[in-house]
Amino acid sequence: MPKTIIPFGPQHPVLPEPLHLKLTVEDEVVTEVIPALGFVHRGLEKLSEIRDFHQMVQVVERVCGICSVIHAMCYCHGIEEMMGIEVPPRAKFLRVIWSELHRMQSHLLWLGLFADSFGFEALFMQFWKIREKVMDISESTTGNRVIVSVNVVGGVRRDLNSEQINWILTLLKEIEQEIGALKKTLLTDYTVTKRTVGKGVLTKHQAYGIGTVGPVLRGSGVVQDTRMLGYAAFNELNFEPVVESDGDCYARTKVRFRETLQSIDLIRQAMSKIPNGEINVKVKGKPQGEVVSRVEQPRGELLYYIKANGTKNLDRLRIRTPTFANIPAILTMLPGMYLSDVPVIVLSIDPCVSCTER
Amino acid sequence: MKEETIPVTKETVIGETAKIKIEGYRFVTMTCTELDENRVDIIYHFDKNLQLKHFRFTVSKETLIPSISVVYQSAFLVENEIQDLFGIHFDNLFIDYRRTLYLGGETIAAPFCKFTVKRTDKSTPEAIQAET
Repeated sequence: MPKTIIPFGPQHPVLPEPLHLKLTVEDEVVTEVIPALGFVHRGLEKLSEIRDFHQMVQVVERVCGICSVIHAMCYCHGIEEMMGIEVPPRAKFLRVIWSELHRMQSHLLWLGLFADSFGFEALFMQFWKIREKVMDISESTTGNRVIVSVNVVGGVRRDLNSEQINWILTLLKEIEQEIGALKKTLLTDYTVTKRTVGKGVLTKHQAYGIGTVGPVLRGSGVVQDTRMLGYAAFNELNFEPVVESDGDCYARTKVRFRETLQSIDLIRQAMSKIPNGEINVKVKGKPQGEVVSRVEQPRGELLYYIKANGTKNLDRLRIRTPTFANIPAILTMLPGMYLSDVPVIVLSIDPCVSCTER
Repeated sequence: MKEETIPVTKETVIGETAKIKIEGYRFVTMTCTELDENRVDIIYHFDKNLQLKHFRFTVSKETLIPSISVVYQSAFLVENEIQDLFGIHFDNLFIDYRRTLYLGGETIAAPFCKFTVKRTDKSTPEAIQAET
């Protein structure tokens, strides 16, 4: 049977953002994959040379809408480390709360899209309905649903009062119950398991060797979570990385589902331990030196390399997002799989192309 | 940077990368920074058990750099990105997009560099045509 080359993307119903894959198939089986990017490259890193380091917080928030607060937190953390700024403890806990809320809404968004990718539209709508409650929390506490501008160099801009904390805890209880009600369908339904079990398998050795991160790495059995570094207030919270060992789409789904529930627990812990005090400190001086800052995004490890020369503009800002590390895994996951499984496998890495291309 | 940084050269970068892979490090990413009109700094970032280690490679923009995708295959994506944005060229890339990952094929300038070195070797359409 001669080889056929089929373009997957950049426009595809299952892809939320443009990503192109050149698939070589023989008899409906994929034999080779070549990815192509560049449809939404904006050159945001270059802006660091003309925007001052305070303004760059707003720029990095717009690298990605789904994980914007975590981008800002990673950047601020790097600048604060470079300048020796001690962030107030209350601000660290607030950063944890908002970043875990973002993790929840990102995973719920993905769970819905993933269900939709194999035609389970009812499940897709249920997850997105639950996600709306998380978006309501973001909107009422920060003023915005998606790009929540709460991080500044030196702390955060907004605070939570006790009324808001109690309201969030009540809503989280409802969210937890509603997510729990979907657990049986998501993890045991024949439709779901038939389309995900044994698909896109990545062994532990492969996942580590390729350099994958996040749920893709943890779904293959590697215990690695950047939150274990203890940045923000994570060193004061009790949690273990969520790990599954099968390395297929089903394992990655289970990791994200369990992490959504884990985020609820982390927010509760943070709210019970949050101290009173200031939410930011005055920043004096300009950054100088080199620093690497890492945090855990919903999709995995996010790395910021920042180089400054003592002026208000940075010399270099380099952003390595988790999807950039996970895309090469597609070259290993897809060969040997049927063409009809391609959308499900590609979506299982939770691709965020705006993050990847910046 | 507070993490260990090892200087490498064109001759030692592949060997050092292979050594660090045997030690159990995973490849994280590479960072390219323009230093001046003629030179760039390429920093390779590796991680093991959440501990970072870096290689620093200060090189002329005209140098053909050996690709570490022969050791860490996944490095091809970031090396292609550096090729596009800084005009630096890598030899033996696992997949070579020939400066079309982010750019149109006709782009000569390196968007992230203040000073672009105009190349007359394999990156130009004329060179590619001559090669085929």
